[in-house]
Amino acid sequence: MTLAATAAPLKRTPLHSLHLALGAKMVAFAGYEMPLQYPSGILNEHLHTRAQAGLFDVSHMGQLRLGGGDALNALEALVPGDLLALASLHLRYTLLLNEEGGILDDLMVTRLDGGLFLVVNAARREADLAHLRTRLGRSTTIELLEDQALLALQGAAAATVLSSFCEGIARLGFMTARETTLAGYKCLVTRSGYTGEDGFEISLPAAGAAAVAEMLLARPEVRPIGLGARDSLRLEAGLCLYGHDIDETTTPIEAALAWTIGSRRRAEGGFPGAAVVLRQLSEGAPRARVGIRPDGRAPAREDTPVVNTAGEKIGRVTSGGFGPSTGGPIAMGYVDRRHAPAGTPLALLVRGTARPAQVVRLPFVPHRYYRG
Amino acid sequence: MSTFRFTRDHEWVRLDGDLAIVGITDYAQSQLGDVVYVELPEIGHRVAKGKEAAVVESVKAASEVYAPVSGEVAEINEALTADPAKVNADPMGEGWFIKLRLDDPKELDSLMDEEGYKRFIEEQC
Repeated sequence: MTLAATAAPLKRTPLHSLHLALGAKMVAFAGYEMPLQYPSGILNEHLHTRAQAGLFDVSHMGQLRLGGGDALNALEALVPGDLLALASLHLRYTLLLNEEGGILDDLMVTRLDGGLFLVVNAARREADLAHLRTRLGRSTTIELLEDQALLALQGAAAATVLSSFCEGIARLGFMTARETTLAGYKCLVTRSGYTGEDGFEISLPAAGAAAVAEMLLARPEVRPIGLGARDSLRLEAGLCLYGHDIDETTTPIEAALAWTIGSRRRAEGGFPGAAVVLRQLSEGAPRARVGIRPDGRAPAREDTPVVNTAGEKIGRVTSGGFGPSTGGPIAMGYVDRRHAPAGTPLALLVRGTARPAQVVRLPFVPHRYYRG
Repeated sequence: MSTFRFTRDHEWVRLDGDLAIVGITDYAQSQLGDVVYVELPEIGHRVAKGKEAAVVESVKAASEVYAPVSGEVAEINEALTADPAKVNADPMGEGWFIKLRLDDPKELDSLMDEEGYKRFIEEQC
């Protein structure tokens, strides 16, 4: 019998017992014990989410509140996004950058009365907190919401389901928020997600997480979904996973996230790494994140070398696997910019053999965000 | 009736005439999850006992299938290319991977029988 090395015990989310009761296969992720899949399996969970509604426990992610009169200005100085124009109860996807223009984390920022609500990656929570504490200035307060759960309800039926518990929520605009009550608990609901489908994220006190989860799971359209399907869903949607598709060595331009840079910010700069980023905006970046579709059936996973038709290395896969909705292997990776146009033929070195593939536009599955 | 033999890596093998059929066990397929791709060797390829013979991939990861015995690949289960899910649905039957012409039938003797394998996986959990 092998004993694990003396690693710190895994943290648990407020839904831990529920996951076990539902028969989840648990795995370690970002220091948490999380459900990888439930008995129906990753393929079924993935397909069900797009067709109907999937409920995800994403309580491992970091939820922060920034307060004090200057939070908006203070945070804007650390990101390339236009936060000053963010209206109350609106949210935005943005990036924390370092001085080289590399990405420290990707996050959602929601403007609330009296402050900002941030959702950051679980694996970056400590690093982000340290970064914010150093850079935000004394007048901005930072509160890590440690007793708060986060659920995501995603899929074609998500709005119908949530409507039965929350009047009018089906008309909540994409990337906007509403403070409401579910199962008697105060919640902040945002119309956002990580699957490419319509859906909502629900931030609520940990004490209410099981009640709200069970209430939603009681609906016939809703099934619990694990991290395995969460990953295949976001990959099909062309969404980045921090630490894989984006990290401190990738700029927003290389990462095909230039759209996060507001036009005022392009003109004014005033964010970390602006010189690098703005130069790449005008001259181009040496490499680009692209979608890659193998011609055959073999998946190409993270770190698979990408070569050109002459067999020369031109990049690597950063996320790769099988797309249940696409019915075949899919990948994202970085290639030398001359090989970035859609349709460029390339090859993937899988188990020592070059497998033909081509660059394709992202996403692999069209987004179905609510557009009113 | 042909008897199944098992490896510690969760492959099974059974004799069918002068060929040895090889697959992965029910325990292996349940650990793997949904199989999305199978890579089989070429007919005529030689495999050595304990060495990689095939690859089976789930949504999350690729796993090696090791040859339980040495031999030459006589047949491959082409049906798995079109329908890799057969490995999950019928791992001990229609989900077979390859058929080998055995070098040495005595190699089967050192493998676990059904009872032995049952005890082995009980110890794993």
